[in-house]
Amino acid sequence: MFATSRAIGGALRARARRYATADTAGASIRARIEEKRQAALAGGGSKRVAAQHSKGKLTARERIELLVDEGTFREYDAFVEHRCADFGMDKITGDGVVTGVGRINGRPTYLFSQDFTAFGGSLSKTFAQKVCKIMDRALQEGVPVVGLNDSGGARIQEGVDSLAGYADIFQRNVLASGVVPQISLIMGPCAGGAVYSPALTDFTFMVRGTSYLFVTGPDVVKAVTNETVTQEELGGAAPHTRKSGVAHGAFENDVVALARTRELLSYLPQSNREPPAPRFTADPSDREDAALDTLVPSDSRQAYDIKDAVRRVVDDGRMFEIMPDFARNIVVAFARMGGQSVGIVGNQPLVSSGVLDIDASVKAARFVRFCDAFNIPLVTFVDVPGFLPGVQQEHNGIIREGAKLLYAYAEATVPKIAITTRKAYGGAQCVMSSKQLRGDVNFAWPTAELAVMGAKGAVEILWRNDPDGRARAEEEYNRLFANPLPAAQRGYLDDIIAPSTTRRRIIEELAALRGKKLANPPKKHDNMPL
Amino acid sequence: MMNLWRQVLARGRPAAGGRAYATQQQQQPTFDKILVANRGEIACRVIRTAKRLGIRTVAVYSDADADAVFVREADEAFRVGPAPSAQSYLDVDAIMAAVRASGAQAVHPGYGFLSENAAFVERLDREGVAFIGPGTQAMAAMGDKIQSKIIAKQAGVNTIPGFDGVVRDAEHAVEIADEIGYPVMLKASAGGGGKGMRVAHSAQDVHEGFKLAADEAQSSFGDRRILVEKFIEEPRHIEIQIIADSRGNVLWLPERECSIQRRNQKVIEEAPSTHLDADTRRRMGEQAVALARSVGYTSAGTVEFLVDKHRNFYFLEMNTRLQVEHPITELITGLDLVEEMIRAAAGLPLTTTRQSDIAINGWAIESRVYAEDPEKYLPSIGTLAKYREPPHARCDSGIAEGSEISMYYDPMICKLSTHGATRDEAIAAMSRALDRYLITGVTHNIPLLRDVVGSADFGRGRITTAFLAQHYPTGFKGHRLTPQTAEQLAASAAAMHFVREAREVASGATRARYVLVVPQLQDDGAVARLEVGMALALRSPAAGLQGQATEFAATVTLPGGAVRESHVALRWDVDMPFVEARQTTAAGGAAAELTLQFLDPLPLGMRVQFLGTKFDVEVLRPRQHELLRFMKEEERLDTSKLVLAPMPGSIVSVAVAPGDVVAEGAEVAVVEAMKMQNVLRAPRAGVIKAVHVQPGATVAGDDVLVELEDA
Repeated sequence: MFATSRAIGGALRARARRYATADTAGASIRARIEEKRQAALAGGGSKRVAAQHSKGKLTARERIELLVDEGTFREYDAFVEHRCADFGMDKITGDGVVTGVGRINGRPTYLFSQDFTAFGGSLSKTFAQKVCKIMDRALQEGVPVVGLNDSGGARIQEGVDSLAGYADIFQRNVLASGVVPQISLIMGPCAGGAVYSPALTDFTFMVRGTSYLFVTGPDVVKAVTNETVTQEELGGAAPHTRKSGVAHGAFENDVVALARTRELLSYLPQSNREPPAPRFTADPSDREDAALDTLVPSDSRQAYDIKDAVRRVVDDGRMFEIMPDFARNIVVAFARMGGQSVGIVGNQPLVSSGVLDIDASVKAARFVRFCDAFNIPLVTFVDVPGFLPGVQQEHNGIIREGAKLLYAYAEATVPKIAITTRKAYGGAQCVMSSKQLRGDVNFAWPTAELAVMGAKGAVEILWRNDPDGRARAEEEYNRLFANPLPAAQRGYLDDIIAPSTTRRRIIEELAALRGKKLANPPKKHDNMPL
Repeated sequence: MMNLWRQVLARGRPAAGGRAYATQQQQQPTFDKILVANRGEIACRVIRTAKRLGIRTVAVYSDADADAVFVREADEAFRVGPAPSAQSYLDVDAIMAAVRASGAQAVHPGYGFLSENAAFVERLDREGVAFIGPGTQAMAAMGDKIQSKIIAKQAGVNTIPGFDGVVRDAEHAVEIADEIGYPVMLKASAGGGGKGMRVAHSAQDVHEGFKLAADEAQSSFGDRRILVEKFIEEPRHIEIQIIADSRGNVLWLPERECSIQRRNQKVIEEAPSTHLDADTRRRMGEQAVALARSVGYTSAGTVEFLVDKHRNFYFLEMNTRLQVEHPITELITGLDLVEEMIRAAAGLPLTTTRQSDIAINGWAIESRVYAEDPEKYLPSIGTLAKYREPPHARCDSGIAEGSEISMYYDPMICKLSTHGATRDEAIAAMSRALDRYLITGVTHNIPLLRDVVGSADFGRGRITTAFLAQHYPTGFKGHRLTPQTAEQLAASAAAMHFVREAREVASGATRARYVLVVPQLQDDGAVARLEVGMALALRSPAAGLQGQATEFAATVTLPGGAVRESHVALRWDVDMPFVEARQTTAAGGAAAELTLQFLDPLPLGMRVQFLGTKFDVEVLRPRQHELLRFMKEEERLDTSKLVLAPMPGSIVSVAVAPGDVVAEGAEVAVVEAMKMQNVLRAPRAGVIKAVHVQPGATVAGDDVLVELEDA
């Protein structure tokens, strides 16, 4: 991209010289344009750029270079300067943010990149206007937005103008939500009001060691609650990817974060008006995998990795996991099947037996809604013992939070395919893409058990007063319910399939479901339990 | 080459050799049903021959093997107990129950487990069930190393100087060792397979090693007796296979050389040996036959010799079972040794009874593919995530994709054998087979096997039992790229990256510039980042068309600044495991035909396997490369003060307590896994800060056992 703007700059200079004697006025305006353009490219100057580099961070423009296809970035508003005259404010051309459009994997993407070297990347009214301009374009044209965040926060000198700027961006984040994919990369500080723009976008990724997200920093925390905490502990990648679930992932450095963002976008459509672009795969759609037939251990107390099942089923064994370190009892990921993007949801028996708790429900619910909004079919792997019991869960609202996942599946109109690999017990069975929630195709492996609860628990209730009869009763219960037949006999399952054939069966169904048309009743919007 | 398995199964005739058997007998009835008292690959091996002979097969299995391949392949299967072999495959009562329940007329013991257990054979005899192996007398005579040496001497077999008796204790061992002269070998009297064997270079070594050897002997064989003998330096391990029937026919077969060993366990074997001349071969064969006759041996057996560089050979021991490495003998003789054993057990004559009928057809090599790290030889357990055996090779394996390598049994994945008209052909076939062998999910030793097979010394046949220790004195750390192989790897990876990008970006680009960063192992064990510039220009209509080669003109800028032009043709179905690349340099010379494996994409490049070794190759756009230098290394956990469990296992002993001052290399604890005791040593000098385990504890890999602090 620089090659291009430098080339234009060079041409301008050459022409300026040619006309120097004939047109002095014209020459001087060209020289001023060139001067401003160079000033915009310089950002906060070489000293601040060096400081940025010494922190292990790239500059706003370097980041864009690595994010987009080589030479495809077109900048807007490079000449913009703020109009604040107070506090002896200098002007830096571009005003602390670089905005424009580039191509990622050949497809246009609008982007803004906050420039920490210019006013610490702080947000002014004009800064916000630049961002809003490209967001308006994105919404109008159906093109994703990627925001690279590295900002000290509000431009305090501008006072309320700066706050208005934030709110302008928030409004656009909300209008664009569900229309075009919005991705936020946190590549430096992001604090105060600034955090709510990433929070409104679809995906927030952080860079380990150099990025922070918090509403108030350690100093304020100390003053208000007397808690002593470092920036990293309070709002670094570790707490947000493991505990709060605010961030959807973290990467080791800027270069990797930008490369991985390109990868994520390849799974997504440009907007909700179209399906994701298919991609060639050499992985045969009818590939059978005998290892799946023995994946689920015969001992029901023995865990297995649901990701092994997923990898064996999807194209090339690859998936892009979202929130890999948060609520690990459920796995959500993008993958492809037969070249088509799918959203994978899978209970993870390796972690807490794959139980649904508050975090897992919220994690999966948001992912399901994203996929539904952007025409990405859902493939759900079910192995769930139920909702997590406990005072803490109940008092923190597992009823409300669990309802989110139920709501999300029930509301979704994209193709929905579910494969029950082992347990599907109780209310959790209903939640996980069940037939009754308009599941299009519900398969089970022969190892599946769909029941209100496990045999042991059931027998303890039913034979409460007859401890001696329990052993036989448990056997009886297992014979009746610890298999997929009762559900299949009632049509709750469409078929019981050999695990080795799972990939082929799903791809066949996805092909058929390409023509699926299903709409929810007209409404202003829904009222999902928040 | 044809499928080598088919050769053996097609009544044991080599496709190329066309050697006709003297007696093309119709199949004579042997048994209706046999039970295989073993597991894994050898159970599969026996079942295959039995099926060919029309014999029904019975498998026995432990809980850990309920889903194993050999259980599926057998006609019937009986559970004999839980996972630990002492409670299943070594449980004579349980095996006998399966024999009775199945009505099997004979039992093939495979190798290991009960194969050399005379008490088991006696039980079978009493119940009128045939044992497919030697008689109890011969087995007992040869099973004890001390006794077998005496018998061998009497039969006129050359033996190694040593002490022909039971060693009382460590002090006695030192006495004997002093007499014989160092170095000496301590080994389990009842043992085999390298377990309980230790080389001692000094009296102190003998003293220290005696207890460990005795303990290992006890845990492996239930017999603490140890013997001491002269350790011959620069020896080659060469062994003679014999086959004998109950009618007095005893034949010797051409030798196997098994010199490439680690921890006294064989890794690569070949047949015949480059070291023997016809006369030595015949003399060794005749001594082997003499020994077999002297004990009335029947069935298949192996007489192991050490051979020094003057071709003096010394009797080591006789293995009274089917040897692990028997496939290479089958490949060069066309015999099916399992069939010969079954016939012998049924009282039939061998398929051929004239020594003059035994000839050497070509050359065969076997690589033992283990689930173990090739640097320290520590076993690796886990699930085989991807597993594909190579074409044009014989694979004796008992596993499939998704199979579990468990901590209960030997971690061998497969015996990979290739055959060629010449040794060079057999080596080339082995290199190709190793390149096409896909194994992920467990650490394996293909990197080491591939490096040995590709080495100049192995190519020339310059091998001894010290080969691995001499070539990899600090342990094998991976293939060391030469300027040439580095360029080949870089060019292949760049072409692969281009194809991946072409799929991702619908740009129709025909040119790309990359900087490749290739890890190159240095003399001191450090890894240098070799930076190779690469400009590719597409020379075929499109990149990555399925089933077609993608061709490039490549301009390679080597680290020194030298620029080379080459042509690269890549055959790769994008993201599939196997990659074929052909690089022709503009300067001329033969084209390099390369086989790589694409293992995983990385955020900035890819993980590929090349020449057996895994390489994480960064493929960077020039701008990425420029900017990457500003990135900081992430902090890693400092493990220099920790002693970690190198693998899952159980703690045998702990030699330190908190507060102890230890020197670097001092024994800290002993961990036992897969019946091997491993002494864990202090990684540095210091004071023991904490001990987290006690003897008897079960530990997982990478568990922190002991913490150190500075003195």
